[in-house]
Amino acid sequence: MASIIEVKHLNLWYGDHQALKDINIDIPEHKITALIGPSGCGKSTFMKTLNRMNDLVKNCRIEGDVRLNGHDIYKDMDVNVLRKHVGMVFQKANPFPMSIYDNIAYGPRIHGIRNKAQLDEIVERSLKQAALWDECKDRLKQNALGMSGGQQQRLCIARAVAVEPTVLLMDESTSALDPISTAKIEELCTELKENYTIVMVTHNMQQANRISDVTAFFLLGELIEVGETKDVFLNPKNPKTEEYISGRFG
Amino acid sequence: MEEVKKIGHTGEKVAHGIFFVCGMVAIAFVLFITVFLVISGVPAIGKIGITDFLFGTVWASTAAEPKFGILPFILTSVYGTFGAILIAVPIGLLCAIYLSKFAGNKAAAMIRSAVELLAGIPSVVYGLVGMIVVVPWVRETFNLPDGANLFSAIIVLSVMVLPNVISVSETSLDAVPKEYEEASLALGANYTETVFKVSVHAARSGIASAVVLGVGRAIGEAMAVMMVAGNVANMPSLFTSVRFLTTAVVSEMSYASGLQREALFSIALVLFIFIIIITLLLNFVFKKKGDVA
Repeated sequence: MASIIEVKHLNLWYGDHQALKDINIDIPEHKITALIGPSGCGKSTFMKTLNRMNDLVKNCRIEGDVRLNGHDIYKDMDVNVLRKHVGMVFQKANPFPMSIYDNIAYGPRIHGIRNKAQLDEIVERSLKQAALWDECKDRLKQNALGMSGGQQQRLCIARAVAVEPTVLLMDESTSALDPISTAKIEELCTELKENYTIVMVTHNMQQANRISDVTAFFLLGELIEVGETKDVFLNPKNPKTEEYISGRFG
Repeated sequence: MEEVKKIGHTGEKVAHGIFFVCGMVAIAFVLFITVFLVISGVPAIGKIGITDFLFGTVWASTAAEPKFGILPFILTSVYGTFGAILIAVPIGLLCAIYLSKFAGNKAAAMIRSAVELLAGIPSVVYGLVGMIVVVPWVRETFNLPDGANLFSAIIVLSVMVLPNVISVSETSLDAVPKEYEEASLALGANYTETVFKVSVHAARSGIASAVVLGVGRAIGEAMAVMMVAGNVANMPSLFTSVRFLTTAVVSEMSYASGLQREALFSIALVLFIFIIIITLLLNFVFKKKGDVA
C-alpha cells in the first residue's frame, strides 16, 4: 500500500498534559483509515494534527514529523494550502448560514475561482459526489440551514470535496445522525475513496469494521495497534485492542 | 399538601399578573405618545396644508406673514443622519470586528470600557466639545466664515452613534458559532477571509440592528446638534448653518404660541413617523433572510 501521509515520532502537549505520545503511522492512499479508541485517547487530537486545526488551540505544542506526499506539513507547507489538500468534515454538521450553492462555492471562491460557469460545474459535481444533487438541485438558492441533519452533513462533505482535497478527515461525522443517514454517508465514503484518502474517527466499532480498510487503535495518547481492519478485528496483536473491541472497556 | 399547592398556584398567578402589567406599560406609553402626537400635531398640518408643510422650503414662523415649510428640517435630518451613519458604520463595524475577533483580552477590555464611557457621555458634553473643538476646526480647515454647519453636526453625530454601532455589532459577532469559523478555516481560508466572509455574514442581522439603533440615535439627537449646527432654517448643504427636526422643535418651543406652537407639534409628529418608518423598513429588509444570529 502506497502511503500518502507519514507520521513519525509525533508528540503533542496541551500545556503540561501530553495528549499524543510518539505516534508512528502511515496513512495509505485511497483507503479508509479508521481511528478508534475510548474518549480522550487522542484520536481526534491526532486527526487534527493532519490539517493543523490544533494550531487554533492555545498552549498546544507539537513535535515530530508529519509528511503529506513527502512534504513536512509543519515546516514546508503554508497552513492554508495544507487545508486545501486535507479537507475536514466535523462531528456536528456546520453548514454556513448561506444558500446551498454558496456553501459549496465558498471554498473554490476562496481559492480564486470566480468564473460562474466553472463554479456551477463544481457545485453540481460536488453535490453529485455527496449523493445530494437529486435532492437539492431545484433549491440551490435556498438556505442550507433548512435541510435535514443528514442532508446538512452530506452538504458539508460536498463542501469539503469542492476544493478537491487529496485527504478527507471525518471527525465522528455520523455520530449525530439517524441510522439511515449514517448508512448513506458510509456508502458515500466507500465511493469517495476512489478519489480521496479518508481518515475517520469513530466510536462505532461496527462502522469501523464495515467500511474501513485500515484501523488504528489509540489508548491514553498512544497508538496501540494499527493494521488491516480485518486483522485488527479478528486477530488483534495487542490484548488491550482485543479488550476494547470486544467491549470490555471504553 | 393541598394548601401548599394552592398558595403556590396563587403566587404564580400574581407573578404572571405583575409581569403582564409591566409588559403592557411599555405598550401603553407608546400608544399614549402616538395618540398625543397625532391629536396635537394633525390640526396645524390641516391649517397649513400638508404640501405646504412638508414641501415648503421656507420656515418663517414669526414673520408678519408666517410660513411653515419644514422641508429644510426634514432634509437636514436625513442628510445629517445619513452622513453620520456613513462615517460611523464602517469605523464602528471594523472596531467591533477587531474587538470580537482579533484583539487580545487586555486590549479588548480597555477599548470596551472606553466605548461604554463614550456611550455614557451626556449629549450636552458632546455639544460643548463640538462647539469648542470641531466648529473652529471646520471653520479654519475649510476657510469658512462660520464653522457651525451641517458638516460639524455630522462629525459630532457620528462620534455619538459610534458606541451603539460598536457594542451591538460586537455582541452579534460574538454570537457567531465557532463551528462556522472552523469550517471556513478547514477549507483553507485564512483567518481574515473567515471573519469577513463567514462571521460578518452570519452576524449581518445583528449588524443591521446596530445600524438601525445608530440611525435612531442620530435622527433623535437634539442637544448636541443644536450647539454645533448653527440652528438657522436654511435648505441644507454641507457648509451652511442648518436646523434639524429635533432642534426646530426645541429652539422655538419656549416662546411659541398659536399656530406656530401647533406646527412644532406637527414637526414632532413627522420626526416620530420617520423613526417608525426607518425601524420597520430596516427590520423588514434584514429579517427576511432567515438569519441565525
